[in-house]
Amino acid sequence: MKSFNKRHIIMTIAIIAIYLLGKILIDVGLIDSYLQLNIMVIGINIILAVSLNLITGFTGQFTLGHAAFMAIGAYTSAVITAKLNLPFIVGIIAAGLMAAIAGVLIGIPTLRLKGDYLAIATLGFGEIIRILALNTDYIGGAIGFNDIPQYTNWTWIYSMVVLTIVLITNFINSYHGRACISIRENEIAAEAMGINTTFYKVLAFAIGAFFAGIAGALYANYFYFIKPDSFGFMKSIDILVIVVFGGMGSIPGSIVGAIALTVISTFLQSIGNLRMVIYAVILFLIMLYRPSGLMGKTEIKFLKKKEAKKYVSAKS
Amino acid sequence: MEQIIQQLINGVSLGSIYALIALGYTMVYGIINLINFAHGDIYMMGAFVGYALTTFLGLGFIPSLIASMVACSILGMVVEKIAYKPLRNSSRISLLITAISVSLFLQYIMVYFIGPETRTFPNVLESNRITFFDGSVILDTKNIYILVITIILMIALQYVVHRTKIGKAMRAVALDKEAAEFMGVNVNKVISYTFAIGSALAGAAGVLVGIYYNTVDPLMGSGPGLKAFVAAVLGGIGLIPGAVFGGFFLGLVETIVSAYGGSVYKDAVAFAILILILLVKPAGLLGKNIKEKV
Repeated sequence: MKSFNKRHIIMTIAIIAIYLLGKILIDVGLIDSYLQLNIMVIGINIILAVSLNLITGFTGQFTLGHAAFMAIGAYTSAVITAKLNLPFIVGIIAAGLMAAIAGVLIGIPTLRLKGDYLAIATLGFGEIIRILALNTDYIGGAIGFNDIPQYTNWTWIYSMVVLTIVLITNFINSYHGRACISIRENEIAAEAMGINTTFYKVLAFAIGAFFAGIAGALYANYFYFIKPDSFGFMKSIDILVIVVFGGMGSIPGSIVGAIALTVISTFLQSIGNLRMVIYAVILFLIMLYRPSGLMGKTEIKFLKKKEAKKYVSAKS
Repeated sequence: MEQIIQQLINGVSLGSIYALIALGYTMVYGIINLINFAHGDIYMMGAFVGYALTTFLGLGFIPSLIASMVACSILGMVVEKIAYKPLRNSSRISLLITAISVSLFLQYIMVYFIGPETRTFPNVLESNRITFFDGSVILDTKNIYILVITIILMIALQYVVHRTKIGKAMRAVALDKEAAEFMGVNVNKVISYTFAIGSALAGAAGVLVGIYYNTVDPLMGSGPGLKAFVAAVLGGIGLIPGAVFGGFFLGLVETIVSAYGGSVYKDAVAFAILILILLVKPAGLLGKNIKEKV
């Protein structure tokens, strides 16, 4: 198989072109700091939504504790960059790994649960993480963690977003990804076909947690201040809303959803008191009129046919 | 010893409130499989109705309790009609997000109209303290009121569910919605009634909590709401005795944990127990594990 085809090359050029465009616009000053802030938030939300989509949209495991993985990543990176003065890349990798380890530790017992019970167990896990962070003085406790160096910039956020999307898309289109999708479609049938459902559920959980951890690191090192309450139950819901709004099991949907909802909440910031009321009404209307999300189940057809053919020929 | 008795008294009062809220969660879950996240906010609205009636109209305890229950049952039915009914056939996740949007709506519409500050609930019950063991154990009349009202409401609920026609219909719909519909049960009406009864219990819990803690605020619903939900799951969601058991269990655990120095961790302990119980008995303490059929 050719490692590069035409689609690939076009995608690579497009990715680099968008990066350079952003870089130039920021350097020239056409994108002011307020717009930059929103771009950072969008980027972080895309990573969170795509990673949650892997767990909820593709593997079909309904979790309400995604913000906890983000919290673990944020605090890990904060400790590494602010307390240990190590470079940002170490912080990002450690944040992802710590979150992934937490994902495995939480996933092995809880993923035996199904549907709403899993949602509740992960919700409880998220609350436990938040309460532990609230009561640990080393990381600031309820006051929050201050003076985290600001390393996150356009280059970091863009490369991490691209990395997340490419890796998760490739994962989904791989043998392992199809195993995950089969669990969503019918767990019993998947198991009957010889798929180790527990393994794949934990795997999806760990990968999702890994990228949520990275998003947390980017968040901590952009806002130089984190507090446990930023990663509560409502944050998990916000991420879930992006995924459902964009479309469960649709990566482009998660990207569009993250952009749309970040823009909506930015606009609502200026309204003041009624902001949350309007947000609630918007949520309700989205659920009423687009219950399957903006993009339905559209997937990025990145190499998909080729991979499928390869898989079929290898198996037959 | 004295401290344990004192904590038991506090735990039973807190547990009664959790149990009342948990009943609404469990009834709604039993009938439409929805985690009604807005339930905690209906309890908050109940507390505010009680607050308004006692403060501005000077009503007594029992009249405001009843008025608050009626107001909440109407609110519950309206929420169901407007928000949940149009989405009854959509996916569970959309329904859950709808419930969260209703919850946010109720919270922030109250913040918008009356402001986020905490208000003092008037003392409508004269507080008689009965002391035991030379004053080291205090039993307030409030504790007795809370327990007695909870027990009366639970007996009434048992009567409605097991002895009336609508209760029979509710049990039928919970068991099998389609079959109940074929048998001539008006499913929409039954769901409406379920919301009304569950919300009325939450309204009662709201007034009781106002009397017990003397404070009300628009965001008071989310904490106890989540906790009561944990209680419902602990006992076995969908089961009325399970919700009562879970409520008292959680109330006692929480007061005991706070009494022995872990008050900052009391919520974490509640959730840790929930996770442990779900792992051992996924259907809850009183629930039956149903074998999956292929």
